Amino acid sequence: MNRRDSIKALGLAAAGGALLLDSCGPKTNTKKEAAAGGEKLPGVTDAEHERNGRLSEEQFFTEHELATLTVLADIIIPADGISGSASDAGVPVFIEFMVKDIPAYQTPMRGGLKWLDVQSQQRYSNVFARCEEKQQLQLVDEIAYPAKAKPEMGPGVAFFSLMRNLTASGFFTSEIGVKDIGYVGNRPGVWDGVPQDVLDAHGFTTGWG
Amino acid sequence: MISYQIKESPTVYDAIVVGSGAGGGMAGYVLAHAGLKVLMLEAGPFFDPAKDTLQLRWPWESPRRGASTIRPFGDFDAAYGGWELDGEPYTRAAGTEFEWFRARMLGGRTNHWGRISLRMGPDDFKPTDGVTTEWPITYEEVKPYYDRVDRMVGIYGTVEGIRNEPDGIFLKPPKPRLNELYIKRGAEKAGVPVIAGRGSVLTEALPGVEGRGTCFYCGQCGRACRVYGDFSSSSCLVMPAMKTGNLTVIDNAMVREVLTDDEGRATGVSYVDTQNLQEHTVRGKLVVLGASACESARLMLNSRSSAHPGGIGNSSGLVGRYLHDSTGASAGGFLPQLLDRKRYNEDGVGSVHIYSPWWGDNQKLGFPRGYHIEYGGGMRMPSYGFTDWVPAVNHLVPTQDGQQREQGGYGASLKTDYRRFYGASVGMAGRGTALARHDNYCEIDPTRVDKYGIPVLRFHYKWATEEVAQAKHMQETFREILHEMGAIVTSAMPGPETSYGLEAPGKIIHEGGTTRMGDDPRTSVLNKWGQAHDCQNLFVVDAGPFVQQGDKNLTWTILALSMRSADYMLDQRSKLNI
Repeated sequence: MNRRDSIKALGLAAAGGALLLDSCGPKTNTKKEAAAGGEKLPGVTDAEHERNGRLSEEQFFTEHELATLTVLADIIIPADGISGSASDAGVPVFIEFMVKDIPAYQTPMRGGLKWLDVQSQQRYSNVFARCEEKQQLQLVDEIAYPAKAKPEMGPGVAFFSLMRNLTASGFFTSEIGVKDIGYVGNRPGVWDGVPQDVLDAHGFTTGWG
Repeated sequence: MISYQIKESPTVYDAIVVGSGAGGGMAGYVLAHAGLKVLMLEAGPFFDPAKDTLQLRWPWESPRRGASTIRPFGDFDAAYGGWELDGEPYTRAAGTEFEWFRARMLGGRTNHWGRISLRMGPDDFKPTDGVTTEWPITYEEVKPYYDRVDRMVGIYGTVEGIRNEPDGIFLKPPKPRLNELYIKRGAEKAGVPVIAGRGSVLTEALPGVEGRGTCFYCGQCGRACRVYGDFSSSSCLVMPAMKTGNLTVIDNAMVREVLTDDEGRATGVSYVDTQNLQEHTVRGKLVVLGASACESARLMLNSRSSAHPGGIGNSSGLVGRYLHDSTGASAGGFLPQLLDRKRYNEDGVGSVHIYSPWWGDNQKLGFPRGYHIEYGGGMRMPSYGFTDWVPAVNHLVPTQDGQQREQGGYGASLKTDYRRFYGASVGMAGRGTALARHDNYCEIDPTRVDKYGIPVLRFHYKWATEEVAQAKHMQETFREILHEMGAIVTSAMPGPETSYGLEAPGKIIHEGGTTRMGDDPRTSVLNKWGQAHDCQNLFVVDAGPFVQQGDKNLTWTILALSMRSADYMLDQRSKLNI
């Protein structure tokens, strides 16, 4: 079987599944299903599928916690000229899933959100999510830069780092984020080495260096 | 409704093969093609890469975006299993460590391996270092089998003429990615050679082989290939063997013990159906173990009888001894030259595009043998955690408009950083020769059983000064390479308190040596054909027979030796010796 036959065989295999081989990019209809446990993909075991479904049905964060988390996620990844915000990409739903998937995140996340609210109440007499944007950013500035944060901000720095990683993970693995970051693989093609203009730009003469 | 009696199969097979990975798959393939009636028992479910793969899925099709919570290499990895399996524990003696990876499925661990396919060389079979033990066979004796494996399974690479890195019969190799060109340039400046990778991926059609597609460069061999464009035991060996009509596979069959007659000859095996817990026995004229080095040792040690009081084939007391994994250590950084790089598809193949074969001179080093280096990085498919490193290092280079900035951050500038750093990371990992030692071993834990009531393994494994010295050398080499390529190193240099980042034994998933071959029945378990010294019709075809690994990943040698053992079984049958 040559490569053309391989790709033909793939097309046939894809006809019954949710594979999107000839489109230029991802479609939109799979996101909700996957986040909710969704249909079982071939290759996923029954036990894994059952676990995903069970976790999706459980609720860990309270409504208030989710609201705070959403504000924070959008502070970390706001919409810009290229793509939408963290919440546009479904990041809060993703983080809700992850704290159930990796229970070790639960206390740091719940405690971190509470720490943030207490700080916020002391300074601005309001919980974080209800503060003005300027106040929110003032507080975030004190926990977003580990090297210059005051020692007493330590718990906030640790929480913010975790929250930042979860937010970026959720955003850049979403359809919006994958498109944003410019990943153009995951489709059949031919690899014949680094394109010539890139070789030239980096000072390599041939595809073997 | 299951019967509480043991079900005895009336069929007497010519051969029973336990396990369907590289070793079991190859033995089954050769024996079935020679016309023998073969029964293959696999502890996990049937798995067909064409139907059961997660290839070409997007990260958002996993609710955890490919995180490793359930499968150690992430949701999309093909292996059903891991270092811990529910209800199938193992234990470790106090003060020692071992991590045992098992994949319970047709094809075993060949479903997710790196497809890195290296031959052991003349000095690996007959070492010249004065420390490590020699094999009872030479490279020249194994070479014809390596050649046959190359032709049957397919491998890409380049002919290099390096003495202890023997060339094979190669398909064309994939060209390097951009980060790999930088690595090549930097490594060569540091005195470390870099050559084209050697991987079992069909970069072009393999002459004489039907039913397998050519690679279409998605870089996802580890997810199992829908067109059988890479080597998996299921697609390349077991399913073709089933097509002969001579090989029967029973899946979800966990083998309990090898059965013997009064003279100690193997008569078959007993197994439990893992789905309904029904007990079965099946009979065979030959019993071939390819369950993996430690699982085959466990099975032999659990097969006690009056003829084999210490376990079948264990009169030497060496079953489980000389257990050795590869050494492993790694380092990483990023290339400022690759910030804001142009986007294009560089998925390539799922095996390595380049690697560094061992180049050192042991006369000048504090350890015998050596290691090779595998490289990573590039614009890979986004998955859980892949951006975590960015806010930790974004202060190390100026911004696009030449400003200094603080580490961390948020908002529009951080979002820009994530884009900017994407594809700029590089990583490298050493894989080296760990010594096969009598004192590193697995045995039956006298008090513990798994959920099927089968006694479990207890491991005793400690690294020694040679492995630690090798890891230190790796770390120093990695830093020289990273420096020479103009990279910024982001992993801290580990010190002696962590054995220089040396991974725990078992983590590299290259364990072997537990049923070593040799000419002397007092110092080895098997003869040079993989046949038990104590039991003429019992063979082991996984990595158990390895006397001493080189730094070469084992799979190609498992395939070659299993083929050689199977040829010997056929020869001995025709001479009526077994």
